[in-house]
Amino acid sequence: MHERVAIVGVGCTGYRSVTPEQSYKELVYEAATRAYNDAGVDPRSDIDSFVTVAEDFNEGTSIFDEYTPDQIGGALKSVHTITGDGLHGIATAYMLIRTGQFDIVAVEGHSKASNIKTLPDIIAYAQDPVLNRPLKLNSHFIAGLEMNRYLFETATTPEQCAAVVVKNKYNALKNPLAPFAANLSLDDVLSAPPLSWPLGIHEAAEHADGAIVMVLAAEEQALSLTDKPIWILGAGWCNDSPSLENRDWAHAIYAEEAARMAYRQAGINNPLEAIDIAEVDDTYAYKELQSLEALGFCRDGEAGTLTIEGFTSPDSGLPVNVSGGSLGMGNLLDANGLARAHEIVLQLRGEAGSRQVKDVNIGLAQSWRGVPTTSGAVLILTN
Amino acid sequence: MGMRKVAVVGAGMTKFVRRALETPKELSWEAAHMALQSCEMTMDDIDGVCFGTAPDTFDGVHMNGEYCSDGSGGWRKPFMRSYVGGGTGVFVPIQGWYHVASGLFDVVLVVAEEKMSSYYPHAQAAFMTIFDHTTERPLRPNLLWIFAMEMNRYMTTYGLSKEDIAQVSVLHKRNAADHPCALLGDANITLQDVLNSETLAWPVQRYDVSPVSDGAVAIVLAAEHVAKRITDKPVWIEGVGWHLDTSYWTNRDLAYPRYVEYAARMAYDMAGIKEPRKEINIAEPYDPFDYKALHHLEGLQLADRGKACELYSSGTASRTGNMPVCPSGGLLGVGNPIAAAGLMKIAELFWQLRGEAGARQVPGHPLRGLAQAWGDLMQVGTVVIMGR
Repeated sequence: MHERVAIVGVGCTGYRSVTPEQSYKELVYEAATRAYNDAGVDPRSDIDSFVTVAEDFNEGTSIFDEYTPDQIGGALKSVHTITGDGLHGIATAYMLIRTGQFDIVAVEGHSKASNIKTLPDIIAYAQDPVLNRPLKLNSHFIAGLEMNRYLFETATTPEQCAAVVVKNKYNALKNPLAPFAANLSLDDVLSAPPLSWPLGIHEAAEHADGAIVMVLAAEEQALSLTDKPIWILGAGWCNDSPSLENRDWAHAIYAEEAARMAYRQAGINNPLEAIDIAEVDDTYAYKELQSLEALGFCRDGEAGTLTIEGFTSPDSGLPVNVSGGSLGMGNLLDANGLARAHEIVLQLRGEAGSRQVKDVNIGLAQSWRGVPTTSGAVLILTN
Repeated sequence: MGMRKVAVVGAGMTKFVRRALETPKELSWEAAHMALQSCEMTMDDIDGVCFGTAPDTFDGVHMNGEYCSDGSGGWRKPFMRSYVGGGTGVFVPIQGWYHVASGLFDVVLVVAEEKMSSYYPHAQAAFMTIFDHTTERPLRPNLLWIFAMEMNRYMTTYGLSKEDIAQVSVLHKRNAADHPCALLGDANITLQDVLNSETLAWPVQRYDVSPVSDGAVAIVLAAEHVAKRITDKPVWIEGVGWHLDTSYWTNRDLAYPRYVEYAARMAYDMAGIKEPRKEINIAEPYDPFDYKALHHLEGLQLADRGKACELYSSGTASRTGNMPVCPSGGLLGVGNPIAAAGLMKIAELFWQLRGEAGARQVPGHPLRGLAQAWGDLMQVGTVVIMGR
C-alpha cells in the first residue's frame, strides 16, 4: 500500500463560453499535454492508469468512455470513466494509488457545454422520469425553490447571496483563466431580473468550455518528480436523496457527510482553524453560503453575515473562491471540482500570480453535481 | 507494506427477464437486498456503494447513476458509478476492490443494474448513439452488423465453421437450464437448432446472440479482517485487470482481442498466475455472442488463437470438464442485462468456489475462477480472478 499520494502535475485550457475552433478531444489533449509537461511524465510509459469523468448526455454519446483514451495518451492502457464530478475522479485516482498497484495515475475532466444545443432540457432530463419530468421543471426553478427554503430556514438574506456574486466576479478579475469576471455592486446584482425568484440572473454561473487534467503519484514517485508535491490529506464524497420530495432543502447534507469523511482522514477537528483557503461550489450564489455551513466553517445562517463582512474575501479570515469560482470561471459541468482543486494546487504551490494568498498550507476544494442531484465531494490538500 | 486483501462475502441477483415490471431503482434494491441478506448484513454495515450500469439511454435518464443511487443503497453514503461500456459488469467489482484495497473502506456494496426494455420498441436503437457522430453515425450502423463483421473476420482468419461456433451456444444454453434466474436456459437445445435459427446479419443467427434483458446483481466486498468475521468461506479477489483500446475501432485487428490479453496479463500478474491454463479452474468469459466466448478465451490465454472451439468439442469446457466455461449459462443462456450480466459472472464464481452453485456446481472443489467482460467499440477488456 502507498499511504501518501500527491498531485504532481496540473494542466488546463482556461475557460471560455464558446470554443468553436476546438473539439472536446483537442481541448482535452491541450490540458493533458500541459499536465504531463508540468509533472514531467510521458503518458505512454510512466502513467499506470487513467480516470476520466463524464456523463453520456452531456457528450451526446452513449457509453462515452469509448472516446476518452486517445487524447490523454491512454489507448490500450488501463482507463476507466466515473460518472461523477472531477473530485470523484481525483478520489478514484487516490484510491487506485493507495492500493499499491499503481504509482502514477492521471485524472481528466472537461466541459464542452457550448456543443449542447438544448442544455436546459438535457439537465432537466436528470429528474425522476415518473414523478418530476411530467411537471416540466426547469433546473433553475428547482434551484430557486431550494434557495428560498435555505433563506427561510437560516434567515440568510438576498443581499448576502448577492455579496457572493460581487466577491467572486471581482476575484475573477485577477484570474486570467476566468471569462466571467466583473466589477459589480450589490445593487447591480439585486436589481437584475430574477431567474427564478429569489434567484437573480447574476446568481447562476454561466456554462463554459474547458478541460483540466491532473497527475497523481505515490510518495516515492512524487518526491522524485517534483519539488512542490501537493499532498492529499483527505477525500470524501457522499450522496443524499436523489428524490426532490424527500430531501432536506435547506442543508447540503451531502457536503456535510463528504466533509466529515475527508476531515476524518486528514485528522481535522476544527476546519476553520486548520484550513487556510477554500474553493467551494458556487454554481448558484446561495450554494457557496450553504456549502460553507455544511463544511463546518460556521453555523447555519452565519455564512451570509461572514461574506458581507468580508471574512471570505482574499487575504481575510478564510479566503473563499479566490479564483472567482464558478460564477467567475463558468460552470464546467463535471469538471467543476477539478477547476476548484486546480486553484488550490496553484495557491499551495505559490503559483497563483496576482491573486496569490499569503501563507497557505492547507486548502479545501468542494463540488456539487448540480440540479437535481445531491451528490458532492470534498478534497483536502497540503503543500 | 503488502496489499490489503479483499473478499466477496455475499451475492444476490434478480431473475433476468425480457421485460421487468420493476423500475431500475427497484431492480437495484432487490439485488442489493438479497446480497445483504446472504451475508446477514444491513445497510448500516455498508461503508460505501459502487454502482454499474451501461448507457444512460436505456433508462432515458441523464445522470442515471444519481437517479438510481438510493435504490442501490447509496443514500447518505459515499456513492460512485463507474463505466466502461459492456465491460462495466466486471469493472464495477474492480471499483469495489480498489475502494476496499485503498484502506478507505472496509465493506462496500457493489450493484449492477440494467433495464433495456424501457427503450421502446427495441434497445438496439440505443446502440446507434455509441458510434462516432461524424464518421460512423451517418452510416446508421447496427450492432448486429458490426458483430457479424467481427465474427466473419474471426471465422475467416482461423478457418472456422458455423458448427465450430454454434457448440458454444448449445453448451451455454444447456448450462443455463440449471440456473433459476435464467431467461433462455434450454436443456434440450441442439446444434441444429442453432444452425437453423433465423439469420439476423450473416453469419450471426438468432441463437448466436444473447437476449435483450432486464435484471440486477449485487455483491458485498469486505476487507480481510471483516470478511473473516462474517463468513468461513470468503472468496478472495486475487487479481484485477482492465484495458481500454483506442476509439478508432475500424483500425483494429478484429480477429484477436489484444485489449483482453493486456487486461488478463494485468490480472495474472497481480494474482501471481504464471500458467493460466493450469491455474484457472473455471472460466466465465464474456459471451454476448457465441463466437465472442471463443475470441475471449484466446485473449485470456486460455486457448491458442483459433483453437478455443476445441475446448468445446473435446468436452474440456463442459461443467464436468477440465476447465468448465460459463457453468452459469453465460449471457447466451442466463441473459444479457449488460452491466448486470458481467456481475452475474462474478456472483457465479462466488457460488461455485463456495460450493453453493446447486445443480450448476462444478465438481472437484474448484480453487480459482476467472470472469471477464468486454465492451465499448470492440475496445475494452475487464478481468477479475477470484480464489478460495
